[in-house]
Amino acid sequence: MAGVAVSTTINGDNVEYLCQPDETLLDVLRDRLGLTGAKEGCGTGDCGACSIILDDRLVCSCLVLGAEAEGRRVETIEGMAHGDKLHPLQQKFLEHAALQCGICTPGFLIAAKDLLAKNPDPTEEEIRFGLAGNLCRCTGYDKIVRAVQDAASVMKGA
Amino acid sequence: MNFDPRYSSRSFASVGTRPIRPDGVDKVTGRARYGADFNMAGQLVGRVLRSPHAHATIRKIDTSKAEKLPGVKAVITAADLPDLTDGDAAMYDILDNCMARKKALYDGHAVAAVAAVDARTATQALKLIEVDYEVLPHVTDVDEAMKHSAPVLNDSIFTEGVEEKPTKPSNVTKRSQYGHGDVREGFAQADYVVERSFKTEQTHQGYIEPHACVASVSSDGTADLWVCTQGHFVYRQHCAQLLGMEASKLRVTSSEIGGGFGGKTHVWAEPVALALSRKAGRPVKLVMTRDEVFRASGPTSATSIDVKIGARKDGTITAAEATLRYSCGPYAGMWAELGAMTAFACYKLDNVKTVGYEVLVNRPKTAAYRAPSAPMAAFAVESAVDELAKEIGMDPVEFRIRNAAQEGTRSSYGPVYGPIGIGPTLEAAKNHPHMKAPLGKNQGRGMACGFWFNFGGQTCTDLNIGMDGSVSLAVGTVDVGGSRASLSLVAAEELGIAYEQVKAVVADTSSLGYNDMTDGSRGTFSSSMATISAARNAIKVLRERAAQMWDVPVDDVVWEKGHAIAKGEKYGNLAALSLKEIAAASGKTGGPIAGHSELVADGAGVSFATHICDIEVDPETGATRVLRYTVVQDAGKAVHPTYVEGQYQGGAAQGIGWALNEEYIYAKDGRLQNAGFLDYRIPVCSDLPMIDTQILEIPNPNHPYGVRGVGETSIVPPLAAIANAVSNAAGVRMTHIPMSPPRVLAAIEAERGG
Repeated sequence: MAGVAVSTTINGDNVEYLCQPDETLLDVLRDRLGLTGAKEGCGTGDCGACSIILDDRLVCSCLVLGAEAEGRRVETIEGMAHGDKLHPLQQKFLEHAALQCGICTPGFLIAAKDLLAKNPDPTEEEIRFGLAGNLCRCTGYDKIVRAVQDAASVMKGA
Repeated sequence: MNFDPRYSSRSFASVGTRPIRPDGVDKVTGRARYGADFNMAGQLVGRVLRSPHAHATIRKIDTSKAEKLPGVKAVITAADLPDLTDGDAAMYDILDNCMARKKALYDGHAVAAVAAVDARTATQALKLIEVDYEVLPHVTDVDEAMKHSAPVLNDSIFTEGVEEKPTKPSNVTKRSQYGHGDVREGFAQADYVVERSFKTEQTHQGYIEPHACVASVSSDGTADLWVCTQGHFVYRQHCAQLLGMEASKLRVTSSEIGGGFGGKTHVWAEPVALALSRKAGRPVKLVMTRDEVFRASGPTSATSIDVKIGARKDGTITAAEATLRYSCGPYAGMWAELGAMTAFACYKLDNVKTVGYEVLVNRPKTAAYRAPSAPMAAFAVESAVDELAKEIGMDPVEFRIRNAAQEGTRSSYGPVYGPIGIGPTLEAAKNHPHMKAPLGKNQGRGMACGFWFNFGGQTCTDLNIGMDGSVSLAVGTVDVGGSRASLSLVAAEELGIAYEQVKAVVADTSSLGYNDMTDGSRGTFSSSMATISAARNAIKVLRERAAQMWDVPVDDVVWEKGHAIAKGEKYGNLAALSLKEIAAASGKTGGPIAGHSELVADGAGVSFATHICDIEVDPETGATRVLRYTVVQDAGKAVHPTYVEGQYQGGAAQGIGWALNEEYIYAKDGRLQNAGFLDYRIPVCSDLPMIDTQILEIPNPNHPYGVRGVGETSIVPPLAAIANAVSNAAGVRMTHIPMSPPRVLAAIEAERGG
C-alpha cells in the first residue's frame, strides 16, 4: 500500500512523515517518530493513555489517523515542559505523588492541561468529570485531583 | 553475615518524610520507558493466533500458507516449544498456557504465533493459519463445573486432599482444610446462627499497560529479554527452562511497569517471543492488545462461598465455618486454599473450620490479584458478621472489636499472632468522624475488616559508594509504585546522608543475584531489609577506611550521622570524617567501597485494615454511588507515607470497581463478551470521592524499622464494606458481587415482592 505524505506541526516543530492510510496517529508518533510518551492502553479510545491535543482539542490519538494530522498542530507530553522547566501540572503531579506506575500519567497531564485551558478554576466535580476519559488503576484518583487543584491555583497566581 | 533484622525503636531522619520520587521527572515528561517503548534494530513484529473456542481438541494446524507470505520470518506452534519440563506439573501448565498443545482450553488460548516485518503482514499471516478444531462441551461457571455432569477439562485430574482417592477424574483438583476446635460443639453453644451463600464474579487486575516484551535470541545461544514484569528473575527462570537455556545466558531487563497487581507475575507472551526470535534469527517485539489482555492473561477467580457463624447473646462468636469454591481457569491452583486460610483471620475463634475447593473451568488461567483470594472470602465472612451483629442487636464495630484477634491468638490458618493491628484499626474506625457523620435518605454505611499475610522472600541488593560520595543502590525488586523512593530513603537513613545523595535503580538479571517477584507486598519490606543490611556492610568498610586514614584501631571508630567518629578522649583532636571524605580517599585506602546483601526476608508482619464507606442507592434503578470512603490500615512503619496512602487509596478503588461494576461476562458459547474497557468498566475519576486514609504504625518485630508490607490488604475489605453499606441502604442483604444496578434492583424488587 502506498504511503501518505504528511506535513504537520508537533510541539511547535515542523514534521514530515510517510504513513499508511490506515495507520493511527498514535502508531505514527510512537513507531515512526519515536515519541513514545503517548501510550496505548486499549486502542479503542476508552483509556485516554494516548491523549494528545490536536488543534486545541483533546483527542485519543489511537482514534485519529496519521494522515489526519496534515496541516494541523499536535501537542504531546514531550512538548509540555519548557526545556528543563516543568509545567506546573507536571510539578504538582510529582509533589502530590499523583502517579504510582505512571503509565497513565502523560495522558492525564495532557487532559488536565486541556481542562485548565478551558476552565482555569474548576470545582472538584468539574475536575472529576473533565478527567473521566482517562483511566488510572493505581491511585484511586485522589492525589490526581488534588494535584490538578493545586496546579490550577498556582497557574491562576502566575 | 551477622545481620540482625529485629526491630529496635529509634528516631528517623529520612524515613517517614515525603520526597519526590527519583523516577518522577521521567514519568511526567513521557521519557520513562515501559514495556512497549523499547525497540531493537531489525526487530520483527510478533502476533499470536488465539482459539475462538472455549474448549476444543486441536486436530491439526497448517501454517504453510502463512509461512509463504512475503515478509513472514517465523511461524510457531506448540511443536516449536517442546516439552522440557521434566515432570514439573506446574511448569507444564505454564508451557501449555503459553501455547496450547493438544486442546484449546479457553476462548483466547494461544495456538500459534508469527513474526513478520510489520504489523500488517503479521496480522495477515494469522488469517492464513488453518486450525482444525473439534469443538468440545465447555463449562465456565464454578458451581456448574463441580457437578458430576460437567464436561471434564483434564481427565488426569483426580481430586487431591480427600480421604479416599476418587475413581473418576473431575474438575476439582484439590480440597484443602484449615481450622481448629470443634465447630459442631461451637454451634451448639450459639444463641444466634447466620448461614448464607455468596457469589463473586471474575475480575481482572486491569493494569493500563498491556503485556509487552522484546526478545532477542542470538545464534550463540545467548538471549536478551526486555519486558514489563513484576519479577524479571522469575521470568528468566521460567523462560530459560521452557526454552532449554541456561539461566545465566538469558539476560532479562525489567522495563518500567505500567501496573501489575499480581497480573505480571506469570509468563505468557515472553516464551513465545523468545521462540519466535530463535526461529527467525531476529529480535521480536510482542505486545498484547487490550482484548488479548482480558481474554488471555490471568484474571482472578470467580467464587461461590457458604458461610455459617454462631454467637452467644453477649456477642462472643462460638463457631465459624466456610466452604469456598474458587475457579482456577483450566489449570490447578491454590486459590481456594488462600481463601480458606484468610477467611476468618481477623478473629479470635475457639472453633473454626474452612474447606476450599479448587475448580477447573474453561476460562483463562487465574493469576494473582492483589491479596489473591482474600477479598472474596472477606466479602462472605464480613457480610455474615454484619448480619449476626444485627441479629444480636450489637453495633457491628463493637461486635468485631469483641471478637478481634490479638497478640497470642492462634489464627484460623494455624500460626500464633505476634503484635497485630486488627484491634487498633477497629478502635480507630470506631472513633473516626466518618462513623458519626449523618446519613441521608437511601444512604447506608458499611464497614468491614481485612487481612493479608504479606511475604518476604529472597532478596539481593548492592550498594556502591562513588568516589564523589554519591550512592548507587541496585535492587532486584521491580518498582511497581514508588519503591525506589522508599528504598533510597532507607539507604539515606542508614548511612546518615541526604536522600538526594542516593540513586536507586532496578538492576537486570545479569547484574545482581536472584530476587523473588515484587508480590506479596514484599517490595519495600524485603528490599528495605536488604538495603539496611547492605548499608551496614558498607558502613563497616567505611569505618575500616577511616581507621586506616587516622591509623587507629577500627573498634574505636563508630558511624554517626554520615560520619566516622573516633571514640575516646585520646582522639579528641580528630575531626569527624564524612562519607564524602572517606569516599574521596578510597583509591588510596583499598579501592571501591561497597556493601552487598543477600538474604531471605523472613518475618513479614501480617497486615490488617478496617474500611468504612457510605453508599447511596437509587431504589428506582438500582444504581449506586460511593459518597465517602475511609481506609484505616497498619503499615508497621510508613517509609514514604504519601506512597503508603497511595496504596491504601488504590486498593480501595480497585475494590470499589470489583464490588459495584466489574465482571467477566461469558455467553453460552463460552466466549468472553466484554473484553475491553468500554464494557468491562473500571472506576473513573467521576465515579469516586476522595479516599481518606489513616496510617497506623504497629511495628513489625521482624524488621529493623518495623516495616510491614502495605500493598495488598487495602483491597480485602472493600467488597464487604460496600456490600454492607448497599445492604443497609437498600434494606436487603446483597449476596452477589458485583452489585451492578440490575442485581441491586432485582434484590430490592424481590424484597418488596416478598
